[in-house]
Amino acid sequence: MKVQLQNITKIFPSRNKKSKEMVTAVNDFTFTVPDGKLIGLLGPSGCGKSTTLYMISGLEKPTSGQIFFGEDDVTELPPEKRGIGLVFQNYALYPHMTVRQNILFPLQNLKGEDKLTKDQMLDRVDEVAKLVQLEQYLDRKPNQMSGGQQQRVAIARALVKMPRVLLLDEPLSNLDARLRLQTREEIRRIQRETGITTIFVTHDQEEAMSISDMIVVMKLGIIQQVGEPQEVYDNPVNLFVSKFLGTPPINVFNGRISGGKLYIGEEEIAPAEGKKDMEVYVGIRPEGFIVDPNGKLTCNLESREVMGRDVSIVSNHPESANPIVRSIVDSESVFDMDAKTIKYNIKKSKMFVFNKETEERVFFEGDKLPYHLTQYLEEIKSETPKTEEKQAEENVQEDNA
Amino acid sequence: MVSSKNNWKAWLYLAPAIVLLLVFTVWPIINTVRMAFLNDYSGLEEVGGAVFNFGIGNFIKVVQYQRFLDCLKTTSILCIATVPISTVLALLIAVALNSIKVLQKFLQTVFFLPYVTNSIAIGMVFAAMFNIVGSFLGTENELIATAGIINNIIEFFGGTHVNWINVGSTYWANIFVMVVYIVWNALPFKILILLGGLQSINKQYYDAAKVDGTSKGRILRKITVPLLSPMLAYVVITGFIGGFKEYTSIIGIFGETMGPADASGRLNTMVGFIYDALASNKQGRASAAALILFGIILVVTLINLQVSKKKVHY
Repeated sequence: MKVQLQNITKIFPSRNKKSKEMVTAVNDFTFTVPDGKLIGLLGPSGCGKSTTLYMISGLEKPTSGQIFFGEDDVTELPPEKRGIGLVFQNYALYPHMTVRQNILFPLQNLKGEDKLTKDQMLDRVDEVAKLVQLEQYLDRKPNQMSGGQQQRVAIARALVKMPRVLLLDEPLSNLDARLRLQTREEIRRIQRETGITTIFVTHDQEEAMSISDMIVVMKLGIIQQVGEPQEVYDNPVNLFVSKFLGTPPINVFNGRISGGKLYIGEEEIAPAEGKKDMEVYVGIRPEGFIVDPNGKLTCNLESREVMGRDVSIVSNHPESANPIVRSIVDSESVFDMDAKTIKYNIKKSKMFVFNKETEERVFFEGDKLPYHLTQYLEEIKSETPKTEEKQAEENVQEDNA
Repeated sequence: MVSSKNNWKAWLYLAPAIVLLLVFTVWPIINTVRMAFLNDYSGLEEVGGAVFNFGIGNFIKVVQYQRFLDCLKTTSILCIATVPISTVLALLIAVALNSIKVLQKFLQTVFFLPYVTNSIAIGMVFAAMFNIVGSFLGTENELIATAGIINNIIEFFGGTHVNWINVGSTYWANIFVMVVYIVWNALPFKILILLGGLQSINKQYYDAAKVDGTSKGRILRKITVPLLSPMLAYVVITGFIGGFKEYTSIIGIFGETMGPADASGRLNTMVGFIYDALASNKQGRASAAALILFGIILVVTLINLQVSKKKVHY
């Protein structure tokens, strides 16, 4: 089931009666989730990603805009009529019911034609319990289970109605580090096996990148970039996206373009032919440094952290926006630890230049253009299902023409 | 750990509380047990030099008294009728209050008012409402009796008025009035507790239920009530304990006669029986009745706890 969000805006009225300030949680959000894909909504807290998820679920109503499931306009439909499964951040399992009763609960609500016999219901529960590998725990209460198991019960409860869309709100945030790794693989597996269109919300970029087919990076209610995780990582459109993705984070330097050349401090880093002079930020991924005695960028060496496969070099630079510059280099790189400075060459594909005022990317010759949002919007516009109203409008326009 | 050198200080600080507890709680309990097991004990006679034998004579006498059995019957009827009614009503009102946004605080206050109102005063108002001769109009020579407001309402809808509490009224009419009064009086505390419980239930359970298309009735039965069960158990247990100690409410409506003028003492309760025994200097009998009452409350509470162990979920 394709899920399409069109110009979705959500404005919350002010909670404080004195100030009339309204909060725009989601601003003109347009995006299409392709059928059968796993999509991660990614952003820092307060960026509107959960609100977006709740609007898809129907628990929140958009202030304006439309939501389509396939060809159906579901904007006005209540949650139970949308055919969604929703997994809450803290699972919201009913503590007084066993796992079986919890999973049965949505089925027992079905009415009319959809109503199942008791045997059918139990079969469905067994089926879905098998999918999430909980068969032997069906008679336990939620509080007798680990966080990861509870998470799987919540997913089973969401899946048992055979929803058209599965929504997960911060599915891994309540789990410890080890379980998180395990559970995210689990979510991926379940999604693959069921082929159900899945949207999940997370603030953890690693989590989003590792399992999503596509990620949507949001900031303050506005989509920043959309694309496959690697694509977004390799080709950020602005400073925010470049900083948000990647651990360790990207190193940012104050730089400038002057006379067709890119400088950090007094050192010339790269040619910038055809670019007008301006102040810029230069972002360099930690893995974008190559130790080279004749390198272009000189940093003050602080320490070295050995990680086995790689070596992480901590240094600083007067023009760096962060207190330290961290690079990750091959453990075979040879350099003098006693030296005061270290020189690097920069891998061009790991360096991004941003306009200092707008924080938008400045593309250089040879840069691959990212799968940009505008391009993406153009693409989906052509396949938007038309509502009768719009169709009528267009007819009128055609008539006028 | 407090060093032994400072122990006396600790005792000093505790002394006021300990002295009060010993004098007003511990000693009376011991004394009650002592008096109950001394046949025909009377404080006045003991001062006069009488000696009483140890035995269970008081208990035997008490349970053979028809008056005591009547008191037990009235108390039990009131208890069994009022606790479920008031609990269910309180639950429904609390759920309704919790689901509205407008006027919630105002209505909460309104529902809480009976709690801070004197129960004798409330009783008098109820007595007036259920009166058959509610208010007198006209002159001294020409009295026109009107029914109380409840009878007015009944007559307005075409019924015949009922003699609720006046001379000639039936036992069950009296009980009905008492049940209405006790339920009304018991509501505010229960609503307060249940509303507090409701507000602490995680809203996500309801969101989850909504996504699954659960009907309102099913949400109440399958989610709200189970999640509220600890509070419900508390309300029921304290309700039974309070119910077996019913006394002031009867005074409030019927006055010290504890019944209509032609059947005084008909609505007497266990506590009333104990009070009467004390007033007539039969402390042995009063103590025995008090211990029986204690035993009944203990058993009912244990049963309640046993049931709630199975029904209270966490």
